[in-house]
Amino acid sequence: MSGDSILRLDGITKRFGAITANEDVSIDLARGEVLALLGENGAGKTTLMNILFGHYMPDEGSVTVDGRALRLGVPRDAIAAGVGMVHQHFTLAPNLTVLENVMTGTESLLAPRSAKGRARQRLAALAERFGLAVDPDAHVSALSVGQQQRVEILKALYNDARILILDEPTAVLTRPEAERLFETLRDMARQGLSIIFISHKLHEVMAGADRVVVLRAGRVTAERRTGATTQAELAELMVGRRVERPVRQPTQPGPLVIEARGVDVPMPGGTPLRGADFTLRGSEILGIIGVSGNGQTTLAHLLSGLATPSAGQIRILGQDARGLTARTMAAMGVGRIPEDRNTEGAVGSFPIWQNAVLERLSDPRFARLGIVRRGAARRFASDIAARFDLRGGGPDTETRQLSGGNMQKLILGRNLVDAPRVLVAAQPTRGLDEGAIAAVHAELLAAARGGTGVVLISEDLDEVIALADRAQAIVNGRLSPPVDAAHLDARRLGLMMAGVWEGLADAV
Amino acid sequence: MRFERRARTSPLLGLAAPLVAVAVALTIAGGLIALSGAPVLEAYARIAAGAFGSRLAITETLTRATPLILTGLAAAVAFRAQVWNIGAEGQLYAGALAVAALGAANPLGLPPAALIAALMLSGALAGMMLLVIPVVLRLRFGVDEVVTTLLGNFIVLLFVSLAVEGFLKDPLAFGWPQSVPVVEEAALPRIVERSRLHLGLAIACALAGLVFLIGRHTVFGMQSRAAGLNPAAARFAGVPIPGTLIRVACLSGGLAGLAGAVEVLGVKGYVTTDLSPGFGYSGIVVAMLAGLNPLGVVLAAVFVAAMFVGADGMSRTLDVPSFIADVTVALSLLTMLVALFFTAYRVRR
Repeated sequence: MSGDSILRLDGITKRFGAITANEDVSIDLARGEVLALLGENGAGKTTLMNILFGHYMPDEGSVTVDGRALRLGVPRDAIAAGVGMVHQHFTLAPNLTVLENVMTGTESLLAPRSAKGRARQRLAALAERFGLAVDPDAHVSALSVGQQQRVEILKALYNDARILILDEPTAVLTRPEAERLFETLRDMARQGLSIIFISHKLHEVMAGADRVVVLRAGRVTAERRTGATTQAELAELMVGRRVERPVRQPTQPGPLVIEARGVDVPMPGGTPLRGADFTLRGSEILGIIGVSGNGQTTLAHLLSGLATPSAGQIRILGQDARGLTARTMAAMGVGRIPEDRNTEGAVGSFPIWQNAVLERLSDPRFARLGIVRRGAARRFASDIAARFDLRGGGPDTETRQLSGGNMQKLILGRNLVDAPRVLVAAQPTRGLDEGAIAAVHAELLAAARGGTGVVLISEDLDEVIALADRAQAIVNGRLSPPVDAAHLDARRLGLMMAGVWEGLADAV
Repeated sequence: MRFERRARTSPLLGLAAPLVAVAVALTIAGGLIALSGAPVLEAYARIAAGAFGSRLAITETLTRATPLILTGLAAAVAFRAQVWNIGAEGQLYAGALAVAALGAANPLGLPPAALIAALMLSGALAGMMLLVIPVVLRLRFGVDEVVTTLLGNFIVLLFVSLAVEGFLKDPLAFGWPQSVPVVEEAALPRIVERSRLHLGLAIACALAGLVFLIGRHTVFGMQSRAAGLNPAAARFAGVPIPGTLIRVACLSGGLAGLAGAVEVLGVKGYVTTDLSPGFGYSGIVVAMLAGLNPLGVVLAAVFVAAMFVGADGMSRTLDVPSFIADVTVALSLLTMLVALFFTAYRVRR
């Protein structure tokens, strides 16, 4: 491919203080190729792409586009050279229309009037050519996440990008959306564009890329053609050791801890829960599988004390859930892992110890007569750190400095350290890397062995199959009848997630 | 040049920020002094002398700092919980008016200590009510409290005007628009003889310590910060957000109302429409310069008071308008905001 190389990164090194984010990284990209950059969180993938796009200045190394050296540290030069970037967190203005967003930055501020007519035609032509249909006059705030991503891609293409970089493009997508995205990327590559996407998900790297470069601790550790490797090999290359996710052992179910009959929960601006029936026993993991946006958030809020049912019966540990709040739930021994750990799980600028006890301030161990017992709270945080292998700081470290995996260990730890009777885990491994996923799975299984009843709300088929004793699908706010672990396989779960569950009860 | 977020802000940097901000503000203001044709260094020397150069200067500066400590604390506790109370000026006047209305006579024959305590409490309650209403409006209807508290200031000031020209007007004031005076035994005792410095300073400093301890050690302090920094996480953790914010409003509004009460009981004895030369607004500057730290508020209030008192003295001898104090204080807010940015971000070439 040497003659057809469109992009070359050569010996890139980038240090932040004492930390080396990238060390002597060299990558080649051929025209019309889809390259995956695979690595765990913190392996230096995003830093590398930010250097390529001009957001960061490398300490050493060079970048060549089309045989010409690229001036580094200047995003405008990168754009002019044909490099387009689609960030993990979108950079669109929600109050502008799709067309206005796409045009942003392409016109002189001094232009007498905006040339919208021509821009509209060009946008339509691009959308047509690459199959990225989207209404140019829709406000971005009204679009789904998948559609917003399409706008981001169109924006890059509108700037004449020939090299497209996508940072964790599927992190916010549902599986069908992700599959569609990879079809689009393939199509673009066929039309001569070159694509790099960043990922830590093995199956999508195998499905979406021609070639994969594995990054570990800032260095390139391997390079493989996807046709000539396996997921297992890539996993080992990425993590540096064999990682095996633990699998459930059959357990003896304990007493009934949650019983829900025909529960309706309204959810303004989201998917309500309709007529939900489910039960949970101690020592049992109940998997709730579904494509995101089908009412999982509502269910998680109900079981976390943040939403109240409008109809039906639900008893949690014998108490009518109608009278329960977030505070009483925590006090009763209901552990809760929020769906979005960064916004709901912790106050980022609080020290770790404050986040460890924030939901337990009515517990006399941590506060008496309105005074916080700082010593006890700090010890509690240290205990969690020791028991759950939380690394990256002591009790006084600012919580936002923790990696996603360590943040999740903090949240898991503060819930599990007192052996709760119920644990509500909403998307507990979303966005985590392989090592952290295995650790979270092991903790969930250990909790169930210890008698905790676990509700596992997940969109990951493999996770539910590996962990759940029973599973129910959630589709458009309705729950399927439960299916036992013995009958759980990817095909049946896939059908259930698509809403096909007639005759399911007979099959069990 | 580009900015990268710092992984963490060192405490030293946090301490240096206000000092650098003030130094830069003074430098820029120096340019303005030079523009008016006066010698810059001498002007600053006279400002310093006017603020700290004599026993009288020091007591005057501290007298001026007293209401600023209270309004600064009001802004700091509110801003910590992301309650944007811009209405300390109005709350101050509400407190002052309540004191003037209730303190004009002592029908129950209360002893001075009890009378003063009761009047200060009524001033604080008046300030509280004035902030609780906007916060409830925000919680119930999503009305932005920046707008309601800011505009509330004008309503309160016009109401004060109505009162001192009407139902609270002092008939013995030769037609001047001022309220009836509070009874003599309600005056706050002086803490330095032959000066205007009164017990209010000690009360303000004690409250600064109390507010500091509340923020650091109480459940309420931790919950109010959580509610301000990340409402979603606070709600998930079971923090009662409405109740917490209303309590924050009571504390903040109460402190601002107390500023008005203390000013009437300690200095003026009655209410006029120029009782406060913008103590409520300057309190915002004080709180920002202090990095919202209640103990820092005391120091920042003394700095702002010194600028005003010192500039008055300076303008009498040099031909520089005393407005230079307003300019410097306003500049120091702007430079502090810039300094705060640099404590969170570093510059890369």
